[in-house]
Amino acid sequence: MTKKLVQGNEACVEGAIKAGARFFAGYPITPSTEIAEGMAQRLPREGGAFVQMEDEIGSIAAIIGASIAGTKAMTATSGAGFSLMQENLGFAAMTEVPIVVVDVNRGGPSTGTPTKPSQGDFMQARWGTHGDHPIIVLAPSSVQEVYDQTINAFNMAEKYMVPVILLYDEVVGHMREGIEFTQPPEIVERKRPTVNPKDYLPYATDNSLVPALAPFGTGYRYHMTGLSHDETGFPTGNPETIENLVKRLNDKIEDNKEDIIQYKTYDVDDADVILLAFGSPVRSARQAQKQARARGEKVGLIQLITLWPFPHDLLQETFAKTQASFIIPEMTLGQLADEVSKSVPREKIHSVLRNDGTLMTPAQLDEAVKGVM
Amino acid sequence: MLREDKMPHIWCPGCGHGIVLSAFLRALAKKELDPNKVVVVSGIGCSARAPGYLDFNTLHTTHGRAIPFATGIKMANPDLKVIVLTGDGDSSAIGGNHLIHGARRNIDLTVVVFNNNIYGMTSGQYSPLTPHMAKATTAPYGNFDYPFDLVELVKGAGATFVARGATAYPVQLEKYISQGLDHEGFSVIESISQCPTYFGRKNKLGGPMDMLKWQKENTSLGGKDESKIPLGVLVQTERTEYSSNYYKHVKSLAGGHKGE
Repeated sequence: MTKKLVQGNEACVEGAIKAGARFFAGYPITPSTEIAEGMAQRLPREGGAFVQMEDEIGSIAAIIGASIAGTKAMTATSGAGFSLMQENLGFAAMTEVPIVVVDVNRGGPSTGTPTKPSQGDFMQARWGTHGDHPIIVLAPSSVQEVYDQTINAFNMAEKYMVPVILLYDEVVGHMREGIEFTQPPEIVERKRPTVNPKDYLPYATDNSLVPALAPFGTGYRYHMTGLSHDETGFPTGNPETIENLVKRLNDKIEDNKEDIIQYKTYDVDDADVILLAFGSPVRSARQAQKQARARGEKVGLIQLITLWPFPHDLLQETFAKTQASFIIPEMTLGQLADEVSKSVPREKIHSVLRNDGTLMTPAQLDEAVKGVM
Repeated sequence: MLREDKMPHIWCPGCGHGIVLSAFLRALAKKELDPNKVVVVSGIGCSARAPGYLDFNTLHTTHGRAIPFATGIKMANPDLKVIVLTGDGDSSAIGGNHLIHGARRNIDLTVVVFNNNIYGMTSGQYSPLTPHMAKATTAPYGNFDYPFDLVELVKGAGATFVARGATAYPVQLEKYISQGLDHEGFSVIESISQCPTYFGRKNKLGGPMDMLKWQKENTSLGGKDESKIPLGVLVQTERTEYSSNYYKHVKSLAGGHKGE
């Protein structure tokens, strides 16, 4: 297959189309706008629909509506718009409607630095909406990975009936690389009910803990609400039912971590020092890691692809095996390092922080490695 | 059409919402639609509980957002009949932006607004449709805001069918909703509804019967008396409907698609 030179955001559009997305609703915001433009161009030609909504709240509401009607749906935004989407993101998690939300991360807080990269939405992607809720967050670091992970985002959403966030920074969204629009090994479609509509319980689940929600209009008439509900979908105030619902929503992700979590490791087994990163810092970290190996230093790299659920098992096992020091480059004031510290002792973590809208450079990380070795 | 096992409903004795809902159901029944192809969407509030009692595809969403949810449903499957049941606060305060943009697009949704001039679910705060200087729990000295005229608002925004009814005139209300359901495009039917528990009590308007009497004294069927609130079908125009226009273009564009 020949390679094509495309931008990260364009790769996202192609990945979404390939995954079967046929509805997009969005609101312009830098640095994600090319995704809306691409979907507006591509979707009608695929028989799908694009709607530019009045704001980000309406955008996520519309994609949830489209998904309830059985169509794979996506929106794309950046920090400020992502904040506006948080309430309905929780609605999708609670009602178990699969959607994909792309957050092309720019500098914050507030309007911040619209045209520069940041990773400050790391925690917002996990905990932005209220209440204990399930979510999957995927973080590509190259244009090829944007394409692949967009497809994976739809697959995960449909498989686990959960909102999936595709989180990548402005640099990944705007850079151009040669990539292959490969045919994915699998395109997942959500489970459909097989029972007679009269016996249908929309939120009854088997061992997978994932409900078979019928698209509206397919003969299964039921009620869907953001209120705490029972298997019938209707509201309940029963403490046991509420407890079981919240537990199941979270367990369906927790119990399937092995299937969901993706990462890449480079030279980790014998490492004295491990760089751990996601997004564009991975690229500089890989360069610094190779330079260190060339000097004969035992330096490894862990690239996180799935951010949430967070791969604590991997970090615990890696630390137990290597007792390595961790260098964590991130474009935040330490959000990632804080999470890592649940699995790796604080004194073994060395943060390299950058919060000025400029890239993490290989030289900066090379210095950090030399400082720790 | 009712989920009888969900009765009794949560509305207070004397509330007008049951009258609006029954007018809606009588109108809908005569259309003889396949219930599997009917979707009823609501936001949050007293009115938003209505879909739970209806045996259709029913969706109880977040506060103010029923119209964009419904927009997504309609665009994903234009064969569905999509109806929004909403309240005065839900549609004109938190959801005001979506209301005007739905009207501007002229997407084929039927929006029934249960207007009781108050936030009933949270026990009586003033809404954008609470009259000037009327009392509410958050307007103890009277409401310093001025209310929207919802009919004029959605008319200005481009709605192609707008009617106003009242629970004092259920037969006429049914007729307006029926016409709204038949209309291809964004149709809004506001129904004045009484909330004796909060709005009535706070403003010393008497019981439900007194409030219905107030409606009769202060409204004018067909708007003949210009000093009163006009009731009737107040806007009925033709403009290309959003989803059908979109898919007409999709058909020609997809037809020209050469594939990969």
